[in-house]
Amino acid sequence: MIEIDKVTKSYRERVVVDSLSLTVGAGELCVLLGSSGCGKSTTLRMINRLIPTDSGSIRVGGEDVTLVPAEALRRRIGYAIQSIGLFPHWTVEDNIATLPRLLKWREPRVRDRVSELLELFRLDAPSYRGKYPHQLSGGEQQRVGVARALAADPELLLMDEPFAAVDPITRDALQGELAHIHRATGKTIVFVTHDIEEALRLATVIAIMDSGQIVQLGAPLDILERPANDFVRDFVGRQGLGLKLLSVRKVSDRLRRGETAEGEPLALDASLGEALSAMTARRTDRLPVCDAEGRQIGVIALADLVR
Amino acid sequence: MRGGRLLRSPVLWVGVLFAALLLRIDALQPLLQLVFPGIEPVIYNRDSFLSLFLSQLGLVAVASLAASLVGVALAVFVTRPAGRDFRAMVSALATVGQTFPPAAVLAIAVPMVGFGARPTVIALFLYGLLPIIENAVAGLEGVPYGVREAAEGMGLSAWQRLYQVDLPLAAPVILTGVRVSVTIAIGTATIGSTVGALTLGTPIFDGLVANKLPFVLEGAVLVALFAILTDLLFARLERWLQPAAD
Repeated sequence: MIEIDKVTKSYRERVVVDSLSLTVGAGELCVLLGSSGCGKSTTLRMINRLIPTDSGSIRVGGEDVTLVPAEALRRRIGYAIQSIGLFPHWTVEDNIATLPRLLKWREPRVRDRVSELLELFRLDAPSYRGKYPHQLSGGEQQRVGVARALAADPELLLMDEPFAAVDPITRDALQGELAHIHRATGKTIVFVTHDIEEALRLATVIAIMDSGQIVQLGAPLDILERPANDFVRDFVGRQGLGLKLLSVRKVSDRLRRGETAEGEPLALDASLGEALSAMTARRTDRLPVCDAEGRQIGVIALADLVR
Repeated sequence: MRGGRLLRSPVLWVGVLFAALLLRIDALQPLLQLVFPGIEPVIYNRDSFLSLFLSQLGLVAVASLAASLVGVALAVFVTRPAGRDFRAMVSALATVGQTFPPAAVLAIAVPMVGFGARPTVIALFLYGLLPIIENAVAGLEGVPYGVREAAEGMGLSAWQRLYQVDLPLAAPVILTGVRVSVTIAIGTATIGSTVGALTLGTPIFDGLVANKLPFVLEGAVLVALFAILTDLLFARLERWLQPAAD
């Protein structure tokens, strides 16, 4: 979906992005992870040409981005940012409908799309569509911001630390919703963050960046188990590594099929971290596991977590 | 309920008082004769106050409309990437326009464009430019960065961003600048009477020249009411323009 090929960007003498290459496949949720100033936001903003590249090429859907008019390109790419940037003089509906209306969708279709997106983010459409941004909480504003980015059904969604400014509980809920939307729509997403926990939770692939280059590219589990160098090891955090591993691994990897146990079952796609948490809370070392239809299919035991 | 609110509105009362004085100032003749005995006539009668008012209204409207259009256009220009380098220069020019006394502008303009309305409109235009430019620049620059970035990132063109985002969000601040500019212009326009423009300043200057205090009083009170009424109407407009929120 995205092919970034040896892209470089400098401001005056300072190289911000240094001959960076990255390919993101369709349906991936690629997290660009790094501390501030590592070039992750600049890389993101070069994809929709908010920042021009100095050299190298970027292709979206096989098409060189510099060969398409910038506005046409951006209308195909959703864009959500930390400051959200809702238009304060427009209602929630008008904000979400910005792009569909620019693209001259018929009004009934626009209204249906707004309702659909509000429902997707668990906002009651009849009561929310007429509200103004200042009447919403921070979490609701960010939901509307992401809904607006998704409004014209873009092939690609770019997100620049979208959840960094909301409180931890709201952030947790928003991350859950994004993961759900990613699974449900299969959209390709490029997501910038400095938060390792957020990256581990959401990503299908993580690109760890430092000084304008990608230090390591891999699935969350790869990054945790096989850090490429000391920088990655430090960034991932030596402390609490075991717990992070548990949060990435799934119950399905360690399932004892056919056995049974008492109690409320865990879902097959729950993380081992959730399993540990449930065992600790319920003072047990064995939990039943059920599949998506709710049928009990096996058991997870405490010893399985550390195998 | 609406009627009650209207009755409490100062716009209504100032408006009624102004209209009454404008049309029926002769009703005050006995009172003025009592206060200023021996002055004849006691009410200015070379032109009707209504025609003086309409003439001044026309001068102010033309000058302020031009100043608003030019001022907002310049502010838009210097807040776009292409015009950013001219920002300091435009502000400096507008400040010069403001420091130049309007009487001096009239004195310079008369030899170039002759007596009457034209030099007055030029002076009012130059004088009114600064508050409009300053407020429009402040309003446009006050649009939050995130809002501008989102608009650009979504693929709104430069014109769409200007018309749908920047100008509506800056509108209340721009309007405040126009309000200040127009109010100043109403007061300043009276000076135009010294170069032959017809305004409510005409009875003031005639009264000063002929030593007829009632003329001065009549002109001054009407100009003051004109300015106050305009200011109140702008305040109304501003409230109406505030984000439709709540």
